[in-house]
Amino acid sequence: MYQYDAIDREFLVDRSNEFRGQVQRRLAGELTEDQFKPLRLMNGLYLQLHAYMLRVAIPYGSLNPAQMRRLAWIARTYDKGYGHMTTRQNIQFNWVKLKDAPDILDALAQVDLHAIQTSGNCIRNTTSDPYAGATAEEVDDPRVWCEVIRQWSTLHPEFSYLPRKFKIAVTASARDRTAAKVHDIGLMLRRARDGSLGFEVIVGGGQGRTPHVGPTIKEHLPVGRLLSYLEAVLRVYNRHGRRDNIYKARIKILVAALGAEEFGRQVEEEWAKIDAARADLPDTELARIRGAFAATPFETLPAVSEPFEAARAASPALQRFVRNNVKPHKKPGYAIVEISLKAQGQTPGDATADQLDVVADLAERYGLNDVRVTHAQNLVLPHVKLDDLPAVHAALAAADLATANIDLASDIIACPGLDYCALANARAIGVAQDIAAKFADEDRAETVGELKIKISGCINACGHHHVAHIGILGVDKKGEEFYQLSLGGSGAEDASIGKILGPALPADKVAGAIDTLVEAYLGLRNGEERFLDTYRRVGLEPFKEAVYVQAD
Amino acid sequence: MSRLIKLTHGVAAYVEDTFVSLADEDAIPETGDVILSLSRFQLEGDALLSSNSRKVGVRIEPSEEVEALAYDLPRLALVAVAFPKFRDGRAYTSARLLRERLNYAGEVRAVGDVLQEQAGFMVRCGFDAFVPADGAGPEAWTRAVGRFRHVYQRAADGRPAALEERTA
Repeated sequence: MYQYDAIDREFLVDRSNEFRGQVQRRLAGELTEDQFKPLRLMNGLYLQLHAYMLRVAIPYGSLNPAQMRRLAWIARTYDKGYGHMTTRQNIQFNWVKLKDAPDILDALAQVDLHAIQTSGNCIRNTTSDPYAGATAEEVDDPRVWCEVIRQWSTLHPEFSYLPRKFKIAVTASARDRTAAKVHDIGLMLRRARDGSLGFEVIVGGGQGRTPHVGPTIKEHLPVGRLLSYLEAVLRVYNRHGRRDNIYKARIKILVAALGAEEFGRQVEEEWAKIDAARADLPDTELARIRGAFAATPFETLPAVSEPFEAARAASPALQRFVRNNVKPHKKPGYAIVEISLKAQGQTPGDATADQLDVVADLAERYGLNDVRVTHAQNLVLPHVKLDDLPAVHAALAAADLATANIDLASDIIACPGLDYCALANARAIGVAQDIAAKFADEDRAETVGELKIKISGCINACGHHHVAHIGILGVDKKGEEFYQLSLGGSGAEDASIGKILGPALPADKVAGAIDTLVEAYLGLRNGEERFLDTYRRVGLEPFKEAVYVQAD
Repeated sequence: MSRLIKLTHGVAAYVEDTFVSLADEDAIPETGDVILSLSRFQLEGDALLSSNSRKVGVRIEPSEEVEALAYDLPRLALVAVAFPKFRDGRAYTSARLLRERLNYAGEVRAVGDVLQEQAGFMVRCGFDAFVPADGAGPEAWTRAVGRFRHVYQRAADGRPAALEERTA
């Protein structure tokens, strides 16, 4: 993993001191709320329904045990004992007091964490594949490039007051676990026929009011030219993105208005004028950063573990966990372990302080000190020996963290919704729990198979409902919460935007409607076909009929 | 008293402001240094510059492309880059292009909604003169500019980026 040096650490101390001064000036009335707002947002602090919410950056979703324990300590000390994982691999604390925020940032800085640019109209924390460095699918380690972007984008002097927020995702696998195509910039690492490493650059994807699957504006950007090219994209956007209407200010609107071809041409024109020698990193710096990620101390192990095989043969629970939550690792004798934060009755993505501590302990003891957060609001231990899987599973089970439902119907993405968020029209958490309860029977959930249900409490789409196999959007109808269903979205490599099924449903009809959709799918599917593939084959109508005939 | 702050080697100080910033409908005074809008400069700048010895500056609005000034830059005593709102970040691009692409060495002045909290970004993008809207004096400005011991990017101020510090 990348290690902060004295420069990175002094930077965080300076940032924390700066924010402490700004909070003092705000509390003394020297800054208006209008002037203070962008400053606190760029330090991750939102004013929500009941309290301030602090969003802590987890660069490319990667944490070490000391950092996990510090997050647990913050949850206990300044929150109500839990934290909430977000769809951009960050963690949010929902019950923070403004006066405590500078102390929390100091506590974070001591373990190389911060809340820089987790909000505001700037370049946000870069997200990546939670299996980075562990999966055999990847052509390169995407974290190298995320770290390059982290440094470049941190307090970028030119791009800190953009028309709107700006989100970048980097993936290096053919299977996309980052939702790259619905980011402002999605970077997909590829090898060209000649073996050279480059990025497919996707610009102008996004969700919210106007969802777009982003078009590719460059097929193969040589990796060494990444920063100059990003500078060109950001400069074209900074100059020409709309600033007159907050709902039309994202780069997707500019790209759609100009057309991908013309936008790409403007970027190329700007790129040609940039002094590459100053804008791009020297190869030595790229090599230094790459070296930090290359040093994972794997052991040489046999591909098959006798103790693990014996344990799974004896335990149906372990067997089920392995089927759903354990993924192949690039090194023989290792596995990737997903930890679901979607137990029955749980708020999706929430982890208690005690659970964070348990995961930190497991990472330290069995996981090469590495923990990841996924965009689906779960956790990952990316490097676990097969020999240790039974012990890890038992420890997770003891902490209510062994739910075997990754990518199944009860593994629901949900935003905080009206329970916390000042923007929301409707609750998301309760609906998620009701739906999950329909799939409490684990055999049934496995029979249904991969089904990505995602819930947003408003059109801002933090719960990614547009790119769900079944998306659920909370809307307000004359003071009552209703839910609009959409089908056929995907945030993966086969990205698509879901289509609205029909009129919105009242809260108490949603879980039943999902059940109906699933039953209809089971009747329609061919063999092992996923819900999404059945939908793509048969279209909306049979599903629409099933839900609305029954509703009549 | 002038509220103009000038930054020299990281230290801010009040300096006398000899310029009058003119709206397009204002009459041009007989004498004295003036700042004109880009469109007015393009119409009347030549005459002003050749008729007497006063200095002329141009005010660039966010929607205007600073490249339009490239040919005239050697004749301009200053370029005033406007922040109609402090949140409008286009001025940062204008300033960087003035310094790094058009090699402008004269004064780049931040005018409009200019606040000390953005001072660090402004200096990094090449601004060296400021008319603060929040009443910040030179001391507060110097402090704001020197807040960070390190920077991660190469920009218009010539500060060594973290990667250069690491190999120094």
